[in-house]
Amino acid sequence: MSKRGIRYMAGLISLLMMTGMLAACGNGGSGDTGGASGTNLTLLTDNSQDAVNVADALKAAYEKKNPGVTVEVETRPGGSEGDNLVKTRLATGDMTDVFFYNSGSLMTVLSPEANMEDLTGEAFQANISDDFKSTVSMNGKVYGAPVGATMSGGWFYNKKIYKDLGLSVPKTWDELMANNEKIKAAGITPVIGTMKDSWTAQVILLADQYNVAQAAPNFAKDFTAHQATFAGTPAALRSFEKLQQVFDKGYWNKDFLAATYDNGIKMLAEGKGAQYPMLSFALPVIQQNFPDQVDNIGFFAQPGDSADKNGLTVWMPGAAYVYKNGSNVEAAKKFVAFIASKEGAAAIATVSTPTGPYPVKDAQMPDNIPSAVKDMLPYFDQNKTSLALEFVSPIKGPGLPQIAVEVGAGIKKAPEGAASYDQDVEKQAKQMGLEGW
Amino acid sequence: MNRVFRRTYSYWFLMPAAVIYFVIFLLPTVMSFFFSFTRWTLADWEFIGLDNFVMFFQEQSLRIGFQNTLIYAVVTCGLKVILGLLLGVLLTSRLRTRNYLRSVIFFPTLISTIAVGIAFSMMMHPTQGIINTALGWAGLPGLDWLGDTRVALLSIALVDVWKGVGFATVIYISGILSIPPDYYEALQIDGGGAWHKFWNIIVPLSRPATNSVIILSFIGGLRSFDLVWAMTQGGPGFTTDVIASIIYKQYQGGFYGLATAGNVILFVIVTVLAFPLYRYLNKREVDL
Repeated sequence: MSKRGIRYMAGLISLLMMTGMLAACGNGGSGDTGGASGTNLTLLTDNSQDAVNVADALKAAYEKKNPGVTVEVETRPGGSEGDNLVKTRLATGDMTDVFFYNSGSLMTVLSPEANMEDLTGEAFQANISDDFKSTVSMNGKVYGAPVGATMSGGWFYNKKIYKDLGLSVPKTWDELMANNEKIKAAGITPVIGTMKDSWTAQVILLADQYNVAQAAPNFAKDFTAHQATFAGTPAALRSFEKLQQVFDKGYWNKDFLAATYDNGIKMLAEGKGAQYPMLSFALPVIQQNFPDQVDNIGFFAQPGDSADKNGLTVWMPGAAYVYKNGSNVEAAKKFVAFIASKEGAAAIATVSTPTGPYPVKDAQMPDNIPSAVKDMLPYFDQNKTSLALEFVSPIKGPGLPQIAVEVGAGIKKAPEGAASYDQDVEKQAKQMGLEGW
Repeated sequence: MNRVFRRTYSYWFLMPAAVIYFVIFLLPTVMSFFFSFTRWTLADWEFIGLDNFVMFFQEQSLRIGFQNTLIYAVVTCGLKVILGLLLGVLLTSRLRTRNYLRSVIFFPTLISTIAVGIAFSMMMHPTQGIINTALGWAGLPGLDWLGDTRVALLSIALVDVWKGVGFATVIYISGILSIPPDYYEALQIDGGGAWHKFWNIIVPLSRPATNSVIILSFIGGLRSFDLVWAMTQGGPGFTTDVIASIIYKQYQGGFYGLATAGNVILFVIVTVLAFPLYRYLNKREVDL
């Protein structure tokens, strides 16, 4: 009898130990820090230096304006590791009150309806550019507010090299190639390639969107509906051809497959390379690491085939979202309204060089903007901008960085590269359950 | 009978280990077979039959991935066997610095693979890396170790061998030391030389060690991921992608179902290749 009882006890204890272990695992995440008085908001941002600076500046400005409210900044990794973390925290109901995340196609994957508070009716939306709103909307509802300035994709160039060689800013692709030839003849690397960080190889493809949209206005829509492909649309294939041409002509630096993004910025600032196709988020980095060189760096949009159709491809900044199932939804909304206001933009400008104009209508540009940003403003003033493809179509194939490297390094020709990208996007479209795929 | 039963430990004592094994090993394995037939996110799933497998086999980098995985496994496995055996012989001989050398050879095994990968990718930099600089001093032309599509995979394999050969050597050392000294005495009486000692005694009699090294490093090679990821992330383009890195990229892209299917395929491949190899090697061992 008692022997039997002991045996059951032993079994029970081992089971209890097991559940205890599992429970301990479950609690390992975030500790609840309920403030004794006032409201305590949590904010999640990625851990790049610039993002952390921005979050801290917003926190400081908001706490100063609203005594009694505290904001606690948490950080997460960037890139796809960060994507997974955000998805996991949303799926497990463990998200912060406010979180910063990409706008555009990446945002739509987070199931906004289930996870994000609808901000369509908030008063601050009247002050936000429609272009931005379109990138954080799904099924007619707006879910986000802009954090910071717009970005542009195009070519940074070293003004001193341009001046020394008597070059002028190219308005067509042929002019750009002619410039490259002269730079190469002068013994300087014409185009900086940094394909060890494969994402940088995509820029020539992505920054060509303005030209694609000019030549084939319906491309984004047809592409999303599976009625147009990169390989089958000459205007879109042209982007791949441009990338291939830079390789064919030998315009990259010698170590373009081993160089990193940081190397690229250094080469540009130090004049070892004349031009760097890049997004303007490189500007704060140049400002920080090479403050005396920043006014020596200019910027132009990636040119198309005709000089009178020369315009800029624009990226919208990341957005602040309110977690729908958070405990402080109302307070979080007020914080987000502040982030998307003139004051919020001003707070961000104190720590981060603007990478372009703000999508907040009444926001002021600081006085000392770098010359590369000044080069961007005319495109905006003349309304010669177009949103990058990832903001007008939800489909972005995950293999584009590698495919761009293949084309840019001569492993594949442009038509092959375009065809393999068409195949790559199919996975994405199927995963999202889009119609027509 | 009853006494025996009473004295034996209760099966309940098996529970903690069994529950852990079931929850974190068996259950996920079985579940992954199921989820490979679905398109799932963390929130929900949808059954789509064999679509994932079809799509995975259509994956453009997959053919390269298969080829690379096999090349990688065979090259690393082969070199580890040859170098491990030679180093094992060297380090069981009467060498004065034997213990020091044993530590030196084994040391890389202890370093984190990611650290090794990052360090070597810096050393293999085509213009600033120490390897090409040293080759330059010797008047030799350097290679773009990780950028040249023809050599990138082999460069990674060599680093893998550098890192893993210490482990193979240790297995060989214990194998060689367990050879009974009678054989060596017999050899002396018959008047054999050093070559005979190596070829006719050490090589055949350390077969159990050889088998362990082959199996371990072959399976390790098939599953290789961390070093490839740290050094090239499968690049340039897709040229150094192995099956595991392709699977990882599908996870990154958010294609969980597709990635699960990839893992099931990898599981089947490892089993199909490793199990017969194991059987074959063991049979040879018995025949001996």
